Amino acid sequence: MTAASAWRRALRRPWAARIAVVVLLLGLWEVAARWWVDPMFLSPPSHVFASLPAVFDTRGVPAALRITFWELAVAFALSVAIGLTIGLAVGLQPFARKSFMPIILLLYGTPQVTILPLFILYFGIGPASKIAFGVSHGFFPIAMTIVAGVQNIKPILLTSARAMGASRWQTLRYVVFPHMIPSLFTGMRLAMTAVLLGVLLAELYVSTAGIGYFTTLFTQNFDPTRLLGLISVLAAMAIVLNEIVRRAEVHFGRWHTD
Amino acid sequence: MRRSGNEREGRLASRAVQATFLIALVALWYLATTRWRVSPLLLPNPAVVLRDFWEILRTGEFLGDLRVTLTELAAAFAIAASCGVVVGYLISRSQYRMRVFEPLFAGIYSVPIILFLPLYVLFFGLGPASKIALGATIGFFPIALNTVAGFGYVDRVLVVAARSMGASDLQLFRYVLLPAALPIILTGMRMGFTVALLSIIGSETIASLAGLGHRIVHLAEGMEMAPMFAYIAFVVAIAAILNVLVSMLEARGRRP
Repeated sequence: MTAASAWRRALRRPWAARIAVVVLLLGLWEVAARWWVDPMFLSPPSHVFASLPAVFDTRGVPAALRITFWELAVAFALSVAIGLTIGLAVGLQPFARKSFMPIILLLYGTPQVTILPLFILYFGIGPASKIAFGVSHGFFPIAMTIVAGVQNIKPILLTSARAMGASRWQTLRYVVFPHMIPSLFTGMRLAMTAVLLGVLLAELYVSTAGIGYFTTLFTQNFDPTRLLGLISVLAAMAIVLNEIVRRAEVHFGRWHTD
Repeated sequence: MRRSGNEREGRLASRAVQATFLIALVALWYLATTRWRVSPLLLPNPAVVLRDFWEILRTGEFLGDLRVTLTELAAAFAIAASCGVVVGYLISRSQYRMRVFEPLFAGIYSVPIILFLPLYVLFFGLGPASKIALGATIGFFPIALNTVAGFGYVDRVLVVAARSMGASDLQLFRYVLLPAALPIILTGMRMGFTVALLSIIGSETIASLAGLGHRIVHLAEGMEMAPMFAYIAFVVAIAAILNVLVSMLEARGRRP
């Protein structure tokens, strides 16, 4: 009686209920995988967890994870650099913005995955093509948020900076850049999602040493335990990377909410 | 008067810059293939690509692949939209459920779901079923999240006012909740449609037996560059047309 009411009181907290939902789903999966589904296709979560060390012991998997992580990191860094450059080049000049923003939006709206085979042809099947494809996804959100951020600076700030005798560089340094920071971090959060998508798409398409090679291998060997293990590790990596940029956005975006 | 003239001039100037930019791009492409002898295995001649593009349109050889891709897209979107709206509505009916499920869905949505493609191929095979399942999964989240946002944050005053005027549950839904939520749900549906289209073309590119993505990969593997470029242009055009259509439907649905 008291146990039941204690449970009910615990579940009244949303986070506790959320955990309960996740545990329930894992339980359903466990039951389904153990008794109903062919073990060729699905393995229960307990096996997947138990086999995580085996996944890391598979020859080449730690190296593949490391390669994928580096591809993500390099693609993200390049996206920020290129997106920032293009965003500033286009955003600081009203005329350039009016001319080139529609082109950027048009390119952003096209499904880039159709040109994935081209990236492989130009950059080979190694990490270079994954990085390039990741950058092709990642720099758009940064460029666009930078343009929007620069555009949204109150004109009175620029005018008063000019009136107080600020040079062009001083205006950039003390007015434009500080106002750009929150939109830069918003762009970085969106870019991280996009880079993850681009790099993983390219990895899954063709790969000789990255994780794409192993997902194909485990799929073709009907080894769902290790496939799920590898996917969980990658999902965890994606969640951690997304969370880092999200925290950064919250942290650096705060001062702006006046 | 003068101001508007200046504005028009400005717009004309930026149009001119855009046109110059695109023409310069095509000219560079043309020069690269003719004057600078870039291998046609890397970059085909734009004139040849254009010819192949018309050839594809004229012979109608794209119809089979287009039908496969559009069927997958329609099935995936139907599943994503119906499940997303129903689940979203059920969640939005209580503050408690919203607080439990909204962060959960947002969390799952932030994982790149394309990661699960190998699993879907394992479960559903290389055929259309795995693409439909993946597209439905990826399309589900924006639709469900926007449905929750649409129904969940209707102004309390409106609900209380309708109730006090004696509205039944059905009337409340029909005349208060639905009109308030519809624009947000439609935005979610447009987002779901776009990501479903992307994921379907993507999964066709990675592992499939038919469809537009598969056709491009097939041509790439045969190093048939000119038809491949023509097909890329074709798919980009199809995607653009679909996106414009969906945006128009969204705008029309938003109108009260």
